[in-house]
Amino acid sequence: MRVEAKILIALGLFFGLMCAVYWTWSLENAGGVMMFFGMGLCLLPGSYYYWWSRRMGPRAEDDPNATQEAGAGYIDAFPGSSIFPFTLGMGAFFIVLALVFGSWMLVPGLGLVIWAALGGIAEGRRGGSR
Amino acid sequence: MISTIDKVTTESHGDDHGHSHGHAEHHGPRGILNWLTTTDHKIIGLSYTITSVIMLVIGGALAEVIRGQLANPNGHLVTMAQYNELFTMHGSIMIYLFAGPFAFGALANIIVPIQIGAPDMAFPRLNALSYWLYLTGAITMLLGFFVTGGAANFGWVGYAPLSDAIYSPGAGADLWIGGLMLTGFSAIFTGVNICATVFYLRAPGMTLFRMPIFTWNLLVVSILILLAFPVLTAGLIMLYSDRHLGTHIYTVVGGGSPVLWQHIFWFWGHPEVYILALPFFGMVTEIIPVFSKKPVFGYKGMVFATLTIAALSLGVWAHHMFTTGVVLLPFFSIMSLLIAVPTGIKIFNWIGSMWRGQIWFSAAMLFSIGFVVTFLIGGLTGVYLASPPLDFFTHDTYFIVAHFHSVVMALVIGGMAGLYYWGPKITGYMLNERIGKTQFWFLFIGTQVFTIPQYILGLQGMPRRMAIYPNDPQWQTLNTWSSVGAIMIGISTLLFIVNIVASWKKHPAGDNPWDAHTLEWFTTSPPPHHNFFRLPQIRSERPTWDHNHPDAKTLAHGKDAH
Ligand code: HEM
Ligand SMILES: [Cu+2]
Repeated sequence: MRVEAKILIALGLFFGLMCAVYWTWSLENAGGVMMFFGMGLCLLPGSYYYWWSRRMGPRAEDDPNATQEAGAGYIDAFPGSSIFPFTLGMGAFFIVLALVFGSWMLVPGLGLVIWAALGGIAEGRRGGSR
Repeated sequence: MISTIDKVTTESHGDDHGHSHGHAEHHGPRGILNWLTTTDHKIIGLSYTITSVIMLVIGGALAEVIRGQLANPNGHLVTMAQYNELFTMHGSIMIYLFAGPFAFGALANIIVPIQIGAPDMAFPRLNALSYWLYLTGAITMLLGFFVTGGAANFGWVGYAPLSDAIYSPGAGADLWIGGLMLTGFSAIFTGVNICATVFYLRAPGMTLFRMPIFTWNLLVVSILILLAFPVLTAGLIMLYSDRHLGTHIYTVVGGGSPVLWQHIFWFWGHPEVYILALPFFGMVTEIIPVFSKKPVFGYKGMVFATLTIAALSLGVWAHHMFTTGVVLLPFFSIMSLLIAVPTGIKIFNWIGSMWRGQIWFSAAMLFSIGFVVTFLIGGLTGVYLASPPLDFFTHDTYFIVAHFHSVVMALVIGGMAGLYYWGPKITGYMLNERIGKTQFWFLFIGTQVFTIPQYILGLQGMPRRMAIYPNDPQWQTLNTWSSVGAIMIGISTLLFIVNIVASWKKHPAGDNPWDAHTLEWFTTSPPPHHNFFRLPQIRSERPTWDHNHPDAKTLAHGKDAH
C-alpha cells in the first residue's frame, strides 16, 4: 500500500507546486482553482492510503517473495450477473433525454433508477447471484 | 516461428487457487440476456471493443465525406451547414466515442485484470454500468443527426459563445451535451474501477514495480481520468444551464466569460490527449519486447516517464489558447516543451528494446513500429506548436489538423497492434498475418499521404474547418493527395473487417502463441470465467516467461526476490 500512497502524494505535491507558481505568476483564477483541486484529489486518497499503510503489514501483493498460496481463500463476492447496471444505465439515458425532449421522460428515467437502486441494494445484501 | 505452449503447470501447490473462486465453470443466463446482465470484465471489454470499432467506422465514413468535399476547391458534395455538422460530429465521435472508450474501456478492460492476476475488475457491476452509460451516451450524441436542425455544428471543442442558445439553437447541441455527460460518467466510473483493481486485486508477489507497463499506464490514465473528466462534466452542466436556465457563465452580456469555457474544456482536453495516448504507449511497450525476444529496455524509466507525462499534462492546457491573448505564454510554453522529455525517454526505450534483438516482424510488431514513427512525427510537430510564435503562425490552420491527425492516427495504428497481439487471447483464434501486414501498409502509408500535404497546406495558410478554398492548383493537388490518403486509410479499415471474417475460428491460438511475458499468456485463450485456474510464482515483471524459461537468467530488478 505504501508505494501506491507515495505515488499519489508525490503527484499531489507536484500539482500543488505547479499551482502555486501558476497562480502567483498569472493571477488567473480558473486554472488556479482547477489545479488546486487537482492537488486535493491526489493528496486526499494518497494520505489516506499512507495512514493505512502504517497500520497494516505489507499485503501479499506488496511482498516480492509472496507465494501464490498466500492469496488463496475468499477474496470477495463477484456477482456473476446482474440486470441492475443495465436498468440504471437506461434510467440515466432517459434522464438525459429529458434535458432535450421534455420532462415527461423523467418518469421512466427516475422509475428505472429507483428500481435499480432498490434491486441493486437487495442483490448486494444477498451477495449477488453467481 | 511460433512456439505454442500448451501445458499449464505451476509451482503453485494448492490445486484450487483462491482467485478462481472455486467456480471455474460459470452458469449464468445465455444469449442476449447474458449480454444485458453480464458483469464479466471480458464480455464487457469485448462489448466496448466492438462498439468503439463501430464508432471508428461511423466516424471514418464521415471523414471520407469531408475529404470528398475537399478533393476539389468548390466541392458540391455537401452544403456548408452540413459540412459544419460533419467535422463536428467526426471529431466528437472519434475522440469521445472511439478513441477514449477504446483506449481505457476496450482492451484495458479485458487485459488489465488478467495481467495482474485478478479474477475480475474490483467493481464488476459498476464496470457494466460504465458500458451502458457509454452506449447510451453514444446513441444520445448520434441522435442529433435525426432531429430538426441537425447534429451539433460548433466543432468538437464546443467553444462559447458559438455553442450558446442564440448561435446554436436546436436539439442537436443539447444531445451533444447530454451524450457527453453520459460518456463522461462512464469514463469516471472506469477510472475508479481500474484504480481500485490495480490497488487491491493484484496477485501475491505482483508488486507495483512488477506490473506490466500496459497496466501501469492504465493506472496512470485512470488517475488522469479522475482529475480531468469531472471538470468537463461540470463545464457541460454550466453550458446547459447557460443555454436553458438563463445563467450567464460563458456570456459577456451577463458578466460571464467565454474564455472560461476554453479554460475548462482544455483543462480536461489536454490531459485527455494523454488519456488517449498512454494506453497505446502501453500496448506497444508490451509488444515490442516480445517480438524482439528481449525484456523491455528501461522498465523503471518507462514508469517514471509515464508518471512525469501525467504530472505535466495537468499544467499545459492553455497551449491551445495561446492566441486568445489572455494566457501566460511562458508558463504554458515551458511546461509543454518539458513533456517532450519523458516522451523522448519512451521513444528511446522502445528503440532500446529492439536494439540487437531477434526481431520478428509480425503484423503486431509492424503496427507497433508504425505507431512509434507516426507518433514521433506528431509529437515533434507538437513541440513546434508549443512555441507561441510558431503557434501564432499556424493556429487554426491545417498544420494543427495535421499535427493531431499524426498523433491520433498513430493511436489507431497502435490500437491495431493491440488487436493483433491480444485478439488471439480474447477470441482463442489467430488473425491472418498476411492480411494484417497488407492492412498495415495501407494504414501506415495512407496516414502519411493523408497528413503530409496537410502540414504543407497549413504552413501556406489554409484555414481549418472550411468547406471550400481558393482555386489554387497547388492547394488542389495537395488536398487531392490528402483525400487519397484518406481512402487508403478507409481501405485498411475494410481489410481489418475482411480479416476478422477470413480468420473466423480457423487457427486456434493456444495459450501463448507469441512466447510472451505477462500473466495473460499463462491462462487459456479465451480465459475462463474469473480468469485463472492457476497462477505461476511471480518473481519478476515477466512471470509467464520466467515460468516457461526456467533456466534463463532473471532480470536485474527481478533479483530482489532472491
Ligand atoms: C509532445 C506532446 C504534444 C505537444 C507539445 C502538443 C502541442 C499542441 C499544441 C500547442 C496544440 C494547439 C495548436 C493550436 O490550436 O494552435 C495542439 C493541438 C492538438 N493536439 Fe497536440 N501536442 C502534443 C501531443 C498530442 C497528443 C499525444 C495528442 C493526442 C493523442 C494531441 C492532440 C491534439 C489535438 C486533438 C489538438 C487540436 C485540438 C483542436 O481541435 O484545436 N497532441 N497540440
Ligand atoms: Cu494539448
